[in-house]
Amino acid sequence: MNRAGLRVGRKVAFVGATRGLGRALARRLAERGDALFLLGRDQAEMALSALDLEARGAPTPVGHAPLDLARPAGFPEALDAADRALSRIDALVVTGGLFARHEELVQDSARLAALLDVNFTGTILLCQQVAERLAARGGGLICAFGSVAGDRARRGNYLYGATKAGLSVFLDGLELAYRDRGVRVLCVKPGFVKTGMTAGLPVPPFAGEPEAVARDVARAMDAGRPVVYTPAVWRWVMLVVRALPRAILRRARF
Amino acid sequence: MSGGTPAGAARPLEPVAGWGRYPVGRGRVERPERLALPDGAFPVVPRGFGRAYGDAAIPSAPGGLVLESTRADRIRAFDSTTGRLTCEAGLSLAEILRVFVPRGWFPAVTPGTKFVTVGACVACDVHGKNHHRDGSFGNFVERIELLTADGSVVECGPTRERELFLATVGGMGLTGLIVEVTLRLRRIESPWIVLETLGVDSLDAMLDGLKRSAVDWPYTVGWIDGLARGRDVGRGILMRGRHATAVEAGDRRPRGPLPLRVPIDAPEWLLNPLLMRWFNRLYAWRHGAALKRRLVSYDAFFYPLDSVAEWNRLYGRRGFLQYQCVVPRAAGSAPVATLLDRLGAAGAASFLAVIKDCGPASDAYLSFPMEGTTLALDLPHRGPVTEALIHDLNATVIAHGGRVYLAKDAVTRPADFARMMPRLAEWQAVRQRWDPRRRFRSAQSVRLFGDPA
Repeated sequence: MNRAGLRVGRKVAFVGATRGLGRALARRLAERGDALFLLGRDQAEMALSALDLEARGAPTPVGHAPLDLARPAGFPEALDAADRALSRIDALVVTGGLFARHEELVQDSARLAALLDVNFTGTILLCQQVAERLAARGGGLICAFGSVAGDRARRGNYLYGATKAGLSVFLDGLELAYRDRGVRVLCVKPGFVKTGMTAGLPVPPFAGEPEAVARDVARAMDAGRPVVYTPAVWRWVMLVVRALPRAILRRARF
Repeated sequence: MSGGTPAGAARPLEPVAGWGRYPVGRGRVERPERLALPDGAFPVVPRGFGRAYGDAAIPSAPGGLVLESTRADRIRAFDSTTGRLTCEAGLSLAEILRVFVPRGWFPAVTPGTKFVTVGACVACDVHGKNHHRDGSFGNFVERIELLTADGSVVECGPTRERELFLATVGGMGLTGLIVEVTLRLRRIESPWIVLETLGVDSLDAMLDGLKRSAVDWPYTVGWIDGLARGRDVGRGILMRGRHATAVEAGDRRPRGPLPLRVPIDAPEWLLNPLLMRWFNRLYAWRHGAALKRRLVSYDAFFYPLDSVAEWNRLYGRRGFLQYQCVVPRAAGSAPVATLLDRLGAAGAASFLAVIKDCGPASDAYLSFPMEGTTLALDLPHRGPVTEALIHDLNATVIAHGGRVYLAKDAVTRPADFARMMPRLAEWQAVRQRWDPRRRFRSAQSVRLFGDPA
């Protein structure tokens, strides 16, 4: 890995590779030969995904270790395991996070607390630790998932959106702070993507497929970009949405 | 670590139809990333990409659970010395091709679209252009893991729980939810196909050409002119292919087909001119060199229609029925000629029909192919007239000991189907044993097997 973090053949600790966007992105990385180590809560699921990734070309073995974004005390141990398995990781990808329908979050404050904890606190603590680790070894790449929902509040999902907005600001700052020390940071902002996470929600225009998102993200990782909207059209959609006067947002029913 | 399905969210009903867009049902569609039978889910219809044309993957009644497998698509194991692949049932042939063709492996049997799941290939016991040589999909399946109606996991295969295996291959998903499959892929030297096309001017010439080609060619198929009358019935082009060797392929790199999409439902008058254009081409071939040989990509050879996304919309809002039957070889070419003639006379026929010779039947109880000639064509759905035509065609097929293909069917009557399938009772007995309450049922099983709606 060079200092700019632009080469393929990375050694990636991956949080959230078993499902949805994470599954698609991990496959993409596996197929081009990146070494992967999976981190997450469900051992059985990670074991299955590890087999899938190995069959698709990831250097074997694809190992895994427990990591719960809601339990930061376990992060160092999990990262040590990844470092051991890949003889020092040079990238972290975090696609894992929580999602719930807005109405459920409004009604259930325990659930909301868990969402805030995982998507904001846990993810930031993890990325911050990894940034230090990578900087100490000369650089690397951190890729985490914000959301277009974090670009502008909507009455229908500002709780989830707030976690992603906070995370986006953090990632933006992390990039500024660590770039000189060789750490690249990529904040992915997916629009609506058809995955298990969004199942049952009404599908808006410009909805994307996970495979296309994975391709966009892998490209952005290689290009060393700090932010990527995917599908790409969401960049322009959000440009407009961010510029909408408040009066219009107030009237809009979304 | 991601959030998964929002709990407690009641799924709205979605319209659910087959590839022919007729009939249309309504169901609650779940697309889990790992296949499981939700507690209390009853009844359930398994579904892949919805490429069965008729009512095979439509819920038995509005509100039934449709378990779509396409996101349960992980590979469990691949042995690069034997080509043995174990995967979740939702893995598509498209994905198998994408991952394994560059490594020199190809599905041993493939239908005319790659947008099908492995589970559906098993459930329909699909066949391809190599049926005369290799038989159907089930021949290459070594193991199936099923979630049966009582929720237990049961493994079956050619030598384990054999009756359940024979009932599941071709069993249209009605014996249990197929969650995992072990199958054998075929070694190939290149992604290219050596293709020969030749014009033939009669049905007998077509059947004879298929028979002769079958000796040396693993893949054969004919396209015939559904408009031809009298002496000309059966004229068309014969295509035969084989995987190119590394030497033949040289260093050609396959190019993906141009992505085309049918953006809207076509008006019903559109199709004729489009297909007429095809026909002009076909005749150009016929009147050109008698035999042409070239190298084509596997996509162009096996999946010509896959390059036009949603081509089924060409048939307009009312959809279409695809009719595919097989008549035993012993009956000679006469029944095939009769069928083609009826279609022409009814004026309802598509302009293109696909003809293919099948090899010996499989042991699977409801498997479609049998030694003989299979014919497939699209019939734009024009209401009761079209359905009456199909019953009429079925009568001819039954009279000669043939049958129709459930993956295509939407209208065949139960009594007719029973006459087509000599081993139906055996299949029903196995199904009765594994699913006495008919937890697994579909609009098709209600229509054909008398399941409660």
